[in-house]
Amino acid sequence: MSFVRTTSAFAGATGLLALAACTTAGGTSGAASSSAAAGGPIAVQATDTQCVVTTTTAPAGTITFQIQNTGSKVTEFYVYGAGDRIVGEVENIAPGLSRELKVEITEPGTFTTACKPGMVGDGIRAPFTVTGSAQPGSADQKVAKAITDYQAYVAEQSTELLTGTEAFVTAVKAGDVSKAKALYTPARVPWERIEPVAESFGDLDPKIDGREDVVEEGLPFTGYHRLEKDLWVDGLKPDSAAIADQLLADVTTIVEKAKGVEFTALSIANGAKELLDEVATTKITGEEERYSHTDLADMKANLQGSQSALEVLRPVITERQADLASALDQAFTSINQALDQYQKGTDYAPLTELTPDQIKDLTVKLDALSEQVAKVSAVVEAGAGGTPTS
Amino acid sequence: VTEPRSSESQPATVVSRRGLLGASAGAALAGAAVGFGGGYATRAAAAPVPDAAPATAPASLDASIPFRGEHQAGIVTPAQDRMHFVALDVVTKDRALLVDLLKKWTRAAERMTVGAEAAPGGVVGGGPYGVPQDTGEAYGLPASGLTLTIGFGPSLFDDRFGLADRRPAALQELPAFRGDDLDPARSGGDLCIQACANDPQVAVHAVRNLVRLGFGVVSVRWSQLGFGRTSSTSTSQATPRNLFGFKDGTRNIKAEETQAVDDFVWVAPSDVPGAASWMAGGSYLVARRIRMHIEVWDRTNLQDQEATIGRTKAVGAPLGKEQEFDEPDFALQGADSEPAIPVDAHVRLAHADNLNGVRILRRGYNFTDGSDGVGHLDAGLFFLAFVRDPGKQFVPMQRALAEKDVLNEYIEHNGSALFACPPGVREGGYWGDALFA
Repeated sequence: MSFVRTTSAFAGATGLLALAACTTAGGTSGAASSSAAAGGPIAVQATDTQCVVTTTTAPAGTITFQIQNTGSKVTEFYVYGAGDRIVGEVENIAPGLSRELKVEITEPGTFTTACKPGMVGDGIRAPFTVTGSAQPGSADQKVAKAITDYQAYVAEQSTELLTGTEAFVTAVKAGDVSKAKALYTPARVPWERIEPVAESFGDLDPKIDGREDVVEEGLPFTGYHRLEKDLWVDGLKPDSAAIADQLLADVTTIVEKAKGVEFTALSIANGAKELLDEVATTKITGEEERYSHTDLADMKANLQGSQSALEVLRPVITERQADLASALDQAFTSINQALDQYQKGTDYAPLTELTPDQIKDLTVKLDALSEQVAKVSAVVEAGAGGTPTS
Repeated sequence: VTEPRSSESQPATVVSRRGLLGASAGAALAGAAVGFGGGYATRAAAAPVPDAAPATAPASLDASIPFRGEHQAGIVTPAQDRMHFVALDVVTKDRALLVDLLKKWTRAAERMTVGAEAAPGGVVGGGPYGVPQDTGEAYGLPASGLTLTIGFGPSLFDDRFGLADRRPAALQELPAFRGDDLDPARSGGDLCIQACANDPQVAVHAVRNLVRLGFGVVSVRWSQLGFGRTSSTSTSQATPRNLFGFKDGTRNIKAEETQAVDDFVWVAPSDVPGAASWMAGGSYLVARRIRMHIEVWDRTNLQDQEATIGRTKAVGAPLGKEQEFDEPDFALQGADSEPAIPVDAHVRLAHADNLNGVRILRRGYNFTDGSDGVGHLDAGLFFLAFVRDPGKQFVPMQRALAEKDVLNEYIEHNGSALFACPPGVREGGYWGDALFA
């Protein structure tokens, strides 16, 4: 999934299907007014061979099913949307038990009900029709604001990227190795915060951020990492100044392009996840900064970029799945604390100084965070109907 | 995992030696085709061939084994052919998160053991923007006899979760044995999950999905794949062979020996008085990764191989006897007036008669983890045993073997762990609920 869609995919966020579905076991739901729209629960009699749904049509709104298992096997009841997407389900209905399922369907259409005796297979299916007119989702305004906020963040980081790179390039061209080394990481921090945006611009990314192995693809080795190698390993070369000039020109181009990118809630959420994938595949392995070993600073910037992207989505996440918002906060706190142990002044310890146990500790916390962040896209992409917990 | 596909083994005996695969003619043929690693083609072989099934066929390889019950499944359950074992460390200090994970695991485990997705609609039901809650590689496959068995290691009972006073007395770290070359990265763990199935894809899928549910709460410490059972735990199963080519575990405790199972496998309430009573009905799992120096073994002549084990290679009879299940006669002398079963033979040292009557339930698997970088297979036996009291059963047995067994010239223990497997999960309960109550 690309981080950037230059054509708006925002339309996908307006046609809400299922915001929530929950099973209630005598709960204290505050949805009394909306459940009235459905006109009482729809009885479902589930046996080992049959799934009798007493009414196969209902108006949009909260629809309540009351499932009675009169068979001999543990059963489940599902309401599916297109492509077998689950709108609501209730599992583990033991023989003799009766369970309730509430689904909120805000758009008319044809759905599928299914009982699944024994919990396996496609289930005993039947069509189910929802009538009436679509109701707008209440989160649309929040999604629109999130997109505006993220565009502003990208613009701000782009400006910092340009400023930092100008200073770095100036030091390289002046032949001031120690100053250039000091300016290398600060120049790259904004890049690492919005990296998925940059990566969407085809050949600009390898020119700016490619590693030495780009030569295998027939490309010249240029950009930040060529200068990194010059500064930390080989010493500045006759063409280093020209490489620096080209880097600044390429960064200038990409900054202009980045400021014009249109985002969707989904692309922002996917970008937040991709930044963590970057940490897992290139930072914690030491691949990215193989000469300067400044990977931990990159990792911090990736985490900041991911956290900022999720921060703009927070109102949407909180409205739809508040416990995910707090789980994200906890996971970010945990990995940030672990990483900040290695901070030295404004820099981080070289990755090569960490022990295998310390690397494992960071990996464990990164896995924990990534599992939570992976859940965000379904939550913010209204209509995706994050699988409800029951 | 690389499977040895020896073409030198004798197909004529392959067909009959794996009773489990005898469930269908197709399975038996598949076993013959791949030689000693027989039954590797379980996936294809598992397709029912009703007409070919003998009258005495054991339960279908596809069948579902009940998850709940008095005892955990995967202990006296007839040993399945494949295993994925994983040891995990808890990475949180939050007891509530651990309990929540045990509940999530129980739900997913029960679902997967009936062949269902790890979560309802887990493969595609989350819609195009949801991350699938089930990884999908077992989608559409039968339950394949999957059992999932959990255990708690001694290290779980430190001060992190308030469990120190609930540690059963028998749950002590295993002592060092002579010849051990243990790798910490293959040893220990706060928790373990043993996944056994007749289809490796089903076992691996189960572990993968349980590990995934645990990110942030647990982290995998080590794991081991096993590709062929090395023990029979039911009289309905033929005795399989280990990678030395010998029938292994002929004298193993079988599920049908209910008195022996009670005496040697299940923890009795009187064993665990007071705060450790949660363990009643459970069993201790001993895991040992035993690397076999198989290239050295393969250059050993038949007579020495048989003398080392104390059984004949073809039939598995105790030396000096005719049939596999003949009682070994340790007093019997050969023509040279030496004991027919040498004093340092494996079968003599491991026999209950020479261990004050102590027995264990073995449930191990052959493994091959690729090669070792110098041209030898990294292969051996992943030894698993379930016992009522490791200090009274496994420890004296292993001590005797470690000191005298001539087999030690060909093996090396490089991984070790002990876990307390709680009793079975009752209706409405979760893995380990009595411990965390």
